[in-house]
Order: sequence, then structure tokens, then C-alpha cells
Amino acid sequence: MSAESRYTLYHPRWYRRRVSVWWWLQNRAYTGFVLREVTSVFVAFFAAVSLWQLRALGQGADAYAEFLARLGTPLFLTLNTITFLFVLFHSITWFNLAPKAVVVRLKGKRVPDWVVVGLNYAAWLVLSGAVGFIVLRGG
Amino acid sequence: MPRSITPLLWLLFSAGGTVAALLFPVHVLLTGLAVPFGWLEAPSYESVRSLIRNPVARLYLFVFISLPLFHWAHRFRYTLYDGLQLKHLTELIAVLCYGTAILATATAAYLLWNML
Repeated sequence: MSAESRYTLYHPRWYRRRVSVWWWLQNRAYTGFVLREVTSVFVAFFAAVSLWQLRALGQGADAYAEFLARLGTPLFLTLNTITFLFVLFHSITWFNLAPKAVVVRLKGKRVPDWVVVGLNYAAWLVLSGAVGFIVLRGG
Repeated sequence: MPRSITPLLWLLFSAGGTVAALLFPVHVLLTGLAVPFGWLEAPSYESVRSLIRNPVARLYLFVFISLPLFHWAHRFRYTLYDGLQLKHLTELIAVLCYGTAILATATAAYLLWNML
């Protein structure tokens, strides 16, 4: 059995119409879904930047200064601006989906969705403030 | 993908998504935009090094780098399958995605371990 037929076990290929690779542009909900999935690429990009920063920190003050200078180039300013927008989109869609992913019960009663979402946003605010405080205090 | 590790991969995806959602915006804003655009002055090399000397800070950075990469691996895998219709490359894509996350996790652990 090939990998292909395993993935599509109950869907015989010969009954399916060919779908364009751009299927997700035909409908706003689909576009939103694909953009949400694409946020992961920018998450990975910033994780890689952080790894790079860590390496520079380990190599010494000169390497770290060079890292900071590289982040100031137009290429990285552009990439980081786009990354910021996608990461924000990830946060918002992630928090808004939280009550659908995890149903919280308190004394047998389901906690309303808006409470779960609200708690997520509150945690976001508090943690962002804490990180900002620690970093800005001069590390 | 063996069925037995599917729950683990989903757990890593979910934990990484939460870490990224809560912490990435503020870090991208500070490191990626505020400092390079000159809105804020960059913390000095010495002060960042002294911050990282704290084991809690290093654990934080490890989680901060590793888990979101597993989140990426999981999401990107399905984006490639469904978005680009690459279902025939299932195994290869899975190995590349999770392999990258595992490699980056090992690198982060190595760098942080040798950071003292």
C-alpha cells in the first residue's frame, strides 16, 4: 500500500475533481484559515532569530553587536514587521479558539466562552508587561 | 506517522501554540522592532549575559525556542499536505518538519548549557 492510498483510505481518488492549489482564495473563511496556518512559518522564523541571538551572545560582545546591527538592516526590519503582524494574528486566533479546544468546567457547570477568552487575553497582557519590564530594566 | 505518538505531537503543538501566542508578540516588538528602529535602547551585552546567568531565564529561553518550533512543525506539515496538495510526500515532510524542531531544540539546549 503506498503512502498516498494510506492517507486517503476511504476516499477513492477516481471520484474526486481536481482542486486548484489556490482553493483557499475563493472564500474569505478559507483565506483566513490558510493565513492562520501560515502564521506558524513566522513563529518558526522568530524562534530561529532567537536561536541566532543566543549563539551571538555565547560568542561574545562583538558577535552580539553584529547581530544587533543585522537586525537593523532593511531586510530584517521588513521581515520582523511582517512577523509581528502574523504573530499577532496567531495570538488573537489562538485565544479566540481556546474555549473550543478546552472546555473548562467549574462545579459541574461549563465556564462561559467569553470568560476563557478573557482570561487568555488577561494572561497575555500580564506576561507581555512582565517581559517588557524585565527586558527594559536593563536585562 | 505511528499512531502512538500522535497525542504527544498534538500536545507539543498545543503547548507551543500557547507559548507563541502569549510571548512572541512582545518579544518580536522589543527585539525585532523597538530596538532596531531606535525606539528603545538595546540592553548592554553584559546586562543580557548576567540575565541569562539565571537558570530560570535559561529555562525560559529553552521553552521559548523549542515548543513553538514543534507548533510550527505540526501546523506546517498539514499546510503542506492540504494547501499544496503534497499528500504523496507524507513521510518526507513529517521527518523534515519534526527533524528541524528536534535539531533546533538540541542546538538551543547546547547553547544554553554552554552559556554560563
